[in-house]
Amino acid sequence: MADVSPSPPMVEIADLHVTFTGGRKTVQAVNGVSLAVQRGEVVALIGESGSGKSVTLRTLLRLHNERRTTLRGAVRVAGQDVLAMSPRTLADYRGKVTSMIFQEPLLALDPVYTVGAQIVEAIRRHEPVGQAEAHQRALALFERVRIPSPERRLAAYPHEMSGGMRQRAMIALALACRPQVLLADEPTTALDATVQIQVLLLLRELQRELGLSVIFVTHDIGAAVEVADRIAVMYAGRIVEEGTARQLIRAPRHPYTRALLQSRAHGAMDKGGRLATIGGSPPDLANLPPGCAFAERCPMAQDACRSTQPEAVVLAPGHIARCLRTDATAALASPV
Amino acid sequence: MSDIDDRGGPAQPLLTIRGLTKHFALKGGLFGQGAGTVRAVDGVDFSVMKGETLGVVGESGCGKSTTARLLMQLITPSAGEVVFDGRTVGGRELSLKDFHRQVQMVFQDSYASLNPRLTIEDSIAFGPMVHGVPRREALGRAHDLLARVGLAPARFAGRYPHELSGGQRQRINIARALALQPRLVILDEAVSALDKSVEAQVLNLLMDLKAEFGLTYVFISHDLQVVRYLSDRVMVMYLGQVAELGPAEALFTDPLHPYTKALLSSMPAIDPDHRTEQAPLAGDPPNPINPPPGCRFHPRCALAAPVCSQRAPQPVPARTLHAAACLVHEPGSGHPMAAPQSRAA
Repeated sequence: MADVSPSPPMVEIADLHVTFTGGRKTVQAVNGVSLAVQRGEVVALIGESGSGKSVTLRTLLRLHNERRTTLRGAVRVAGQDVLAMSPRTLADYRGKVTSMIFQEPLLALDPVYTVGAQIVEAIRRHEPVGQAEAHQRALALFERVRIPSPERRLAAYPHEMSGGMRQRAMIALALACRPQVLLADEPTTALDATVQIQVLLLLRELQRELGLSVIFVTHDIGAAVEVADRIAVMYAGRIVEEGTARQLIRAPRHPYTRALLQSRAHGAMDKGGRLATIGGSPPDLANLPPGCAFAERCPMAQDACRSTQPEAVVLAPGHIARCLRTDATAALASPV
Repeated sequence: MSDIDDRGGPAQPLLTIRGLTKHFALKGGLFGQGAGTVRAVDGVDFSVMKGETLGVVGESGCGKSTTARLLMQLITPSAGEVVFDGRTVGGRELSLKDFHRQVQMVFQDSYASLNPRLTIEDSIAFGPMVHGVPRREALGRAHDLLARVGLAPARFAGRYPHELSGGQRQRINIARALALQPRLVILDEAVSALDKSVEAQVLNLLMDLKAEFGLTYVFISHDLQVVRYLSDRVMVMYLGQVAELGPAEALFTDPLHPYTKALLSSMPAIDPDHRTEQAPLAGDPPNPINPPPGCRFHPRCALAAPVCSQRAPQPVPARTLHAAACLVHEPGSGHPMAAPQSRAA
């Protein structure tokens, strides 16, 4: 494929709104997310449950139930309009241009086929190659993700593998058709600490070697810092702050980002000391306030915060925050 | 309730575990037998002092949750005994019913551990009613506890578990555990399923309740930062055995066991300028069905010597300040890094 354009972003999401209908209430899960990911760049989406990070990610593969979901905005991946794709084009696109790894490989892999058969099937669905060649490629993939005794493991069923091995097998499956974009939805959350760091390093290494664009969804700031070039913090379906990993950790400017960093137990903390908490609870996505969704829990909120939706403020090149009080947060010390 | 009283005084451990072992027989094979044994917990000794928080860490399959269930006597140990404030549990000295009034547990899955058909006040009052408290009094106590864990009784008492968020449900589970006025609370991954901001609220609540009611905690978690923050002493488990036991700060700043060191350096540092470059351990934690001979950690250990596959290290004694089950720290063990045998011994 010849690429003549002056490198537009690999992934471009513009003013995306995702609304779930069909239940008793209409849930506004994503409310105007814009995000660009360059070729070979790793962006982490972090946030708590219900912040819309996984919903945003799934929209890139159109995995939501079409009859109960309303999508507004634009999603372009590798120059293609994802929201306008026909079912046929979508099936060609999934796995070939963009693929995904999930949190729980045991649920994502098919229990009645061997892992090898699933990889071979994915390759032959997208490329005109024979069984033997596809098997050879599956073997090479298993070696690449460093599964010991790969030939034997290709013949294993998912339940016969350990958690870390299964996650490696799913990464191999996701990379089977040489995609350009890899989506990772909490890929290390279910893993043990010593295995989590192995998988994070493997992802980073594969991303560099293959020049992948990666969107990495996690609630774990530590995991995000280990792999991401840029981090976007989500709250109530919006990106509230976005910047390089360094900007976000060293100089966070949105009160929510600051609170998130402060609420972690870390290092040699004072034993009797209390953890900083965020009072209240996240807003009801079926009934969002007109102003900033965080205002109700924000120690710095003013009347204006409750009535107007804050626009993105550019704080430094590549560093934005959607907050009316970024002048006030600039004076505060770094929370970590 | 005279037997709730402190018996042995502050110097006597509240809980002492001796040689606790649980082997599960695997079904399978030709006649449904002999397919192997899972050595989930294999000869564990430790004690919990009055008023302290003992943190228990380890990866999946290390036996930390099985240990918790054995402590609670939810499953029967294959061997070993549990002594609560000087009295052996399950015998003539302390019946299971009396033991369970003094020891309560909070589980990870806040939804699965509540009866979906009971309102919250009934769930909290259920335990005291089983132990003979009149319904009216038990409900009154339930309302007090709801207020204490930060849920207004007028709003929440009549609700059902599915109407609450995960953080609220975990507060209910904590209130229910406290309804019997226990002395020891076992928290098995009690905050692991919560979002970070909610987790901080529940951790603060746990600290407050401990001070207010003079509780003793066994806090089981895979989150090392949280364990460090909450615990006085920490026990590290690996494949059903205790790898290291010591004061929290000493264990985190100066770990003895190579496994503890690897576990600590596996934590992401949250430092964008110094990312982790190499994983401290390769491979997954091995299966407890056929644990390796000698030291169970030797196939993954950076310091392993030939002797490590032949000889099991001395287990960590229950009464110790800070010790590790590792041949490197055992004088005269034959490991090249170990000190020579001391003559005084």
